[in-house]
Parts: sequence; C-alpha cells; structure tokens
Amino acid sequence: MVLVPLVVAIPLVAAAALTAMGQFLGRRVDDLTGIAAAVATTVVSTMLLLRSLDHDLVYWFGGWRPRHGIALGIAFDVEPLSAGIAALAGALMTASFVFAWRYFDEVGTLFHVLMLVFLAAMNGFALSGDLFNMFVFFELMSVCAFALVGYAIEQRAPLQGAINFAVTNTVGALLLLFGIALVYGRTGALNLAQIGRALDGRPPDGLLVVAFALLLTGFLVKAGAVPFHFWLSDAYAAAPIPVCVVLSGVMSDLGLHAVARIYWPSFSGVFAADAGSLRAILVGSGVLTALVGGTMAFFQRDLKRLLAFVTIGHVGIFLAGIGLLTARALAGTTLYVLADGFVKGGLFLAVGILLRRARDGDELRLRGQGGVAPMAGVAFLLGGLGLAGLPPFGTFPGSALIIRSAGDVGYGWLPPLLAAASILTAGTVLRAGARIFLGLGDTDDPSLSHEPPAAEEEPAHVPGRVSPPLLFGPALALMVVGLGLAFTPGLAGRATQWAQRFEDRPAHTAELLRGVAPRPAGTPAFHPGAAPYVYGAISTVGAVGFAFFGLYRRRLPALLRRVPGRLTAGPAAQLKALHSGVVGDYVAWLTFGAAALGGLLALTVR
Amino acid sequence: MSYLPYALAVWIFAVGLYGVVRSRNLVHLVVCLSVAQSSTYVLLLSIGYVNRGTAPIFADVPKGTRAVDPVVQALTLTDVVVSVTVAALLLALAIQAQRHADTTDPDELSEMHG
Amino acid sequence: MSRGVRSGLFLVSAAGLTALLLWAVADLPDFGHYRGPYGKVLNSVAVGERHTTNVVAAVVFDYRGVDTMGEEFILFASVMGVALLLRNPHRERRQVPVRIQSDAVRLAGIGFAAGLLVLGLYVVAHGYLTPGGGFQGGVVLASAFVLVYLAGDYHAYRSMSPTPAIDVLGATGAGGYTVVGIVSLLLGSAFLHNFGPLGTTGKLASGGSIPFLNVASALEVSAAFVLLFSEFLDELVVRPKARSE
Repeated sequence: MVLVPLVVAIPLVAAAALTAMGQFLGRRVDDLTGIAAAVATTVVSTMLLLRSLDHDLVYWFGGWRPRHGIALGIAFDVEPLSAGIAALAGALMTASFVFAWRYFDEVGTLFHVLMLVFLAAMNGFALSGDLFNMFVFFELMSVCAFALVGYAIEQRAPLQGAINFAVTNTVGALLLLFGIALVYGRTGALNLAQIGRALDGRPPDGLLVVAFALLLTGFLVKAGAVPFHFWLSDAYAAAPIPVCVVLSGVMSDLGLHAVARIYWPSFSGVFAADAGSLRAILVGSGVLTALVGGTMAFFQRDLKRLLAFVTIGHVGIFLAGIGLLTARALAGTTLYVLADGFVKGGLFLAVGILLRRARDGDELRLRGQGGVAPMAGVAFLLGGLGLAGLPPFGTFPGSALIIRSAGDVGYGWLPPLLAAASILTAGTVLRAGARIFLGLGDTDDPSLSHEPPAAEEEPAHVPGRVSPPLLFGPALALMVVGLGLAFTPGLAGRATQWAQRFEDRPAHTAELLRGVAPRPAGTPAFHPGAAPYVYGAISTVGAVGFAFFGLYRRRLPALLRRVPGRLTAGPAAQLKALHSGVVGDYVAWLTFGAAALGGLLALTVR
Repeated sequence: MSYLPYALAVWIFAVGLYGVVRSRNLVHLVVCLSVAQSSTYVLLLSIGYVNRGTAPIFADVPKGTRAVDPVVQALTLTDVVVSVTVAALLLALAIQAQRHADTTDPDELSEMHG
Repeated sequence: MSRGVRSGLFLVSAAGLTALLLWAVADLPDFGHYRGPYGKVLNSVAVGERHTTNVVAAVVFDYRGVDTMGEEFILFASVMGVALLLRNPHRERRQVPVRIQSDAVRLAGIGFAAGLLVLGLYVVAHGYLTPGGGFQGGVVLASAFVLVYLAGDYHAYRSMSPTPAIDVLGATGAGGYTVVGIVSLLLGSAFLHNFGPLGTTGKLASGGSIPFLNVASALEVSAAFVLLFSEFLDELVVRPKARSE
C-alpha cells in the first residue's frame, strides 16, 4: 500500500531536487537522475500492477477514509488495467531519457524536470479515483506537454504546434471542468464511486446528459478523437522525438482510459438503460476517427506527422473498443493500448535515429537513404507488422478480444472497419519503411502533403555517432516488449477478469466506500477462435499490399488509376484542407463536436 | 432569480469562446481564454453558495454558523492557478511568435497543414 | 476554412452548446441552496478535527491536499516551461538602460514594498486561521518584488531576484510539500497524513502539519511569480531583430 503515492512522489521529488541542485552538480546528473527516477517509478508501477491482481488497492491520501459512505479525501484506486498504463508511461519515459542522453544539454535541467513532472501527472491521472483530482493531473500533464512541444521554439512549426495544442486543450479542460461543476452541483461529491451511488435511482435528466457529454469532450480532446483531433497532428509533428514517444505512446490513450474510468464507477448505473445508444455514439465516433486518422496518415511524407496521424487512427480503434462497453472489449482495448504504445514509441524512436544519422525526417527525400541506420529499418518493419496485428504478436490478443466482443453485442460490422483502419495505418508505415530502407517506390508523389523543411531538430553538440546501444537500444527494446507482451500466458483471460472487476459497479462501490473486499472471481478462459486470426491475416496481408499500392500507385494501368483517382481526389483534398493549421478553426470544430456529442446524447437518452 | 448566476456563467463562457475563435492577435486570444475560464469560477462558486451563509472561516463566528461550501472555494483556487499558468505559457509563445514568425496573428501561423 | 465559414460553423455550434448548457444548469439546485453533502460535512467536522478555523485551508492542505500538491507543480512546471520557451540562445544581448525615477517615486516604492512584504508574511502565517494562506500570501509577497521594478528599474529588480537562488527556493517549496507527504509515509501513516500536535484551535501554533504545507506553498507561489516576472522582464535584454532577417 505504501507504494501507491510513490508513483507520483518519486518523479516530483526528483524534479524538484534536480531544479534545486542540478545547477551545482556536474554534467550528466540530469540524464542520470531522469533515468533513475523513471526506472524507479516503472518498477513501483509494475509492483502495483502485480499486487492489485486479485483486488483493488484503494489508497486514501491523508488517511481520510470515507465516513458513512461519504468520501472526505482523495483516493487513488489501483487496479491492473490502470496500473498497466502507468507502467507503460514509466517504461516509455525511461526509453525517452536513454535516447535523449546528452540531447538536451543546451537547456540545462529544464527538459528533464518537465518530463519528470509529466510522468508524475500521467501516473496520477491514470490512478486517481476523484473527478477533480483527475482534472488537476490533466492540467499538470497539459502544462508540461505544452512547453515540451514548443521546445524548438525558433522554428515556426513548433510554435504553431504548441499554440494549437495549448489553446484547444485548455478549451477542452474548460468544458471538462464545467462538467465536473455540474456533477458536483447535482451530487455534492467528487469521488467517482460516491458520484455513482448518489446518481442511483433516478433517470438521467438534462444536467446529467450535458455533464457527461462535457466530460467526454474534455477527455476526447486530450485523446484526439475526431473532430477534436486537429491539434494532435500539429503538436506531435513539431515535438522533439523523446517527447513524441510519450505523447503518442501513452498520453492520448490516457484520455480514452479516463472515459472508461469515469463511465463505469459513476455513470454506468444511471445510463444503464441507454447503454445501447451510448455504445452507438462512441463506436461511431471511434470508427470515424480511425478512418480519418488512417487516411490522413497515408497523405503524409513528414514522418513525424505521419506517425501523428497513425496515432489518431489507433485512438479511433481504442475509442471503438472502449465504446463497446463490455468487459471483454475493455480488456482487449487495454492490452491493445499497451502493446501499441510500445510499438508507436519504438517507431518514433526509429524516426529519431533517422533524424540523427541522416539529418532528415522526410519520407521522399530519404528514399534509399536508410543504409545509415539499418536497425531503424528493422524497427520500421516490426512496427508496421505490429500495428497490423500480425498473429500472435503484439496487438493481436487485444484486437482478438475486441473482435469477439463486437460479435457478442451484435456489432459484426465493426471488425472489418477496424481491420481497414489498421491496414491504412500499418500499410503507410510499411510504405515509408520500404521507401527509405529498400529504396522502393517513386521519388516523388504529388498527392502527398507539403514537403517539410529540412530537419533542424538536431542540436549541434550531439555527435553524429552516439554509441550504438544508446541510439538503437531504446527503439529495439520497446519493439521487443511491445511485440512480446502477447506471449504472457493466459493474458487475455486474466485481463477480461480484471475488466469485469472494473465494470462491476456495486462491488466496486462497496469496496471503495465501505472497504468490503469483493468476492474472488474465477478467471474466464479466452479462446480467440478462428475469426481474429482471419482478421489478423487479412490486415497484415492488406497492409503489405497497401504499402505497395502507396509506393507504385502511379504505375498502375491507366484504367485502374484514372477513374478512382478522379473520384477520390476531391474528397481527399477537402479532408486535407480541413487540417488547416489555424487554431480558430480547431476551436470552432471543438465547439461543433461538443454540441454534436451533447445533442446526440440528449436526443437518444431516455 | 435563482437561475441567473448559472446563466451568467454560461454567457461568460460563450463570449470568451467567441473571442478565442475570432481572435486576430495571440495576446487578445489569451485574454479571451481567461475570460472563458473565469466562467468556471462563477459556476463553481454559485453552486456552493448558501443563502445568508458566511465564509467557511470560523475564527470570529461560532462553530456551526451557516456557511457556504468550502470545497468549491478550494477548487476555484486551483482553477485560478491553472488559468494563470496557461496564460503565462501562451504569452511566452506569443512573444516567440512575434520574434521568430513576425506575426501575432494565429491565422498566419499555419506552417503545417494538410 | 475561410473566416466566414469558420464563424458560421462556430455560431451554429455555439448556439447549440449554449442551449445545452442552459438546459443543464436549469437542473441545478436553486442558487443559494447548496445541498452537500461534501462541503456540509467538512464545515461541521473540520474545525474539530484539524484545529484550524479556516476550513478552506483545511480542505486545501489536508482533506484535498493532493490536489494542492498537483497545483504546486502546475505552477512549478509552468515556470520551467516559460523558461524553456523564452530561452533565446542565438540572440544578441543588449544593455538595458538604467532608468532613474524621482526620489519621491523611489521612496514611495520602497515604503509600499516593505508594507507588502509584511502583509504577505502575515497573510501566509495566519492562512489557516483567517482568510488567506500560502497561495494568497505568496502572490502578495511576489508583488512586493514587482513594486521594486516599478519604483526602481530592471537592474534593481534583477539584483534582488537572482534566478538560481529563487529557483532553489521554488523547488524547495514544491519539493518540500511532497517531502512532508513522504515524512507521513516514513512515520507509518498515509501520504500527507497529519503529524505534529494539533495545538489549540485559533492559535498560530495549531493545525499539525498544515503550517508546514502552508509555508511550502507560500515559498513555491512567491518564487514562481517572481520567476515568471523575471522571465518576461528578461525579454528586455534580447535585442529586437532587424526586420530584414
């Protein structure tokens, strides 16, 4: 139990100590402190994961246990799914620090301090069981991330990325807080379980519908779901690589995890009769996000921006998974998030290797230049296959659970769409890898978006030849962990059991507010059956095919090329034009999304 | 009139957001964002208000005096800090936009698009 | 999107969102009829349990002390973030001209600054008894520094606020808050659980560990605002760039 607050306290104390003393200590103390604190935090998160396998660890800060079912203080509610995401955050942070060895000398300890506070914020956000406390950690993540994205401040792209990120996320946080205030006004409670209990017994009214829509909006802005996603591609494309690893690998997914974390303890009771319409809305926006992200990824040549849209595409897949509102799908989504986080982190690091060795991050200019870092090519290949869900590696167990769960609730149409989305994202990654490392494909492709300026990210003091283990180690380690997680025996079954515990609101409320230990549940066995293997094979083969389509599209016979080309050119141009890079447009879309979400819920609930 | 303070919060939020969307100057945009954020102070404090209640400080009044909700006041304090910090970061970005991109018009900052 | 299309999209959406929000707030309890239970319970138990007469301070520093830890670090991170964003490594520096104010302005400035310092310390020290606290007092303290700039000049201000030293103070404040939590852990209780005698309600020496947290946040808040002000003021030193560049 004593470990629970440490996931937040260790990085915070390390950050404060580094600020106070870093200026007096020798060189490398920032890198060493960062790595040591990140490793320690990861170890603690992993131990929490292992200790919460059978029952939640409920930690009341200040020792303020609830009285007569009323929470006086703030609780962290540690269960395996959230602890797993916290461990992912720590692991990605460790890899980033190793990769960033000597990278940020120019700014003294600032980079490391902000990253450590960022890590504490993500851990707190993942574990907190209090609505307002989630908001505090949400904002703490934001403040760190805004500044980190704007690191290369002398260029225009990071300026744009940081401003768009900061403005849209602040408006999102504002809507989130508005929703929190409404919930507090109704229930007089901030503890998630207590909110759920206070809402029992009355049908949802306007206040609850709108409050829930506002909370959803706030979290979906952070996650980057359509139409709240515009900032994400600007910010992730402009951030330094070590920051991208963490943003893309875990911060986006935390936004979605928060949706599950507030829905099940607080709102699953009052919206029980409306689960069907809620499912339709969430899965619908998930599918839309997945397809928009995948399509936009295809049109990119700037590798970081390409991976940013891949991130959006996968956020869509996860939103659809969580939106199915079943234990199996929640388990599947979380496993998917974990494997996918490692894989995306590894891919961003592979791009970082290219930026260091070839001093460029543009797919077309880099064509055939991959020889400077063949190991990065290996990471690209593994990453592409991992994103596609090649059985039985990486994301396969997660997607298998989602596929089966979609069938369970009568959403049989969902798996083909999700497979299409992963064909788009994985195929695009494979295309870029093949072009860069194998020299395949054309040297030019006018349908891709603008050519990025020459990479200036590389600080001059970093020697071109960093020792290879520091350069390649983090990327390959993330890939191996990401692809290997799937081989944990019995993982799918255990995860389903944890998700069932997560979603069992009465037992969870009793445990949190009254300290009643839940009955131990048996582990359901999970046999994926044939369908997931078929989908896995289809999306892998499809991704390879799509990669070749991207490389050699212009050599297709004229008949095959012209007609579909003309049909798709208009919509594609319009879709690209929507991503205008102008923050006013993004806030207008955000307002539209919030109103649409609220309106849809208002029309369908009751 | 029991509804007015809440409606006021909604109004402040709406005009602040309008300013953010229409703004041609980053400094103006930051101010509008702060206006929108102040709607949440109004909403939180109104929710916790108790008619004829005193401040929840029992230094000069006996314990048990009718007082307003202390929780929303603590939440508002946090909210104020959040608003200040975001404003500081965005103003720093505005300075650098003027310096490195020669503009403070957010509409002219679209280096990346599509 | 053209600005016209953007405005159209926004106005339609904002009308819908505003209608939804008005619909929602109509379902809140009538203004002035806060029903609780959270705040009502705290109002009735906090003074007895925490021996602090300011219940808001008890909420900020104890019942919801973790929120405040996050809040301290939001400030801390924003200072670091502003320092990161406003660094200008490749820019020429220039000499900021010395600005001499009249004796009357300087005298008034010093007088007010001294008064603000005392007021700030008072507000901090009595934070858990009367209205005020580490945050409010910290801001008052920082404003005394700003007065030095107003009555004196950049050089006077900068000589009073050396960044490395203020950095240490701020980090001590934010880190110290967390360390108080860890001390509770080491004493075998929950993170941020009260230690130290509760004392007599209404006296300065009361409230257990709340005074420590109060001072820690005062340190962090005053340091943070001084540092933020310094960062922006240091922009004066950066040579403006020629238009041709």
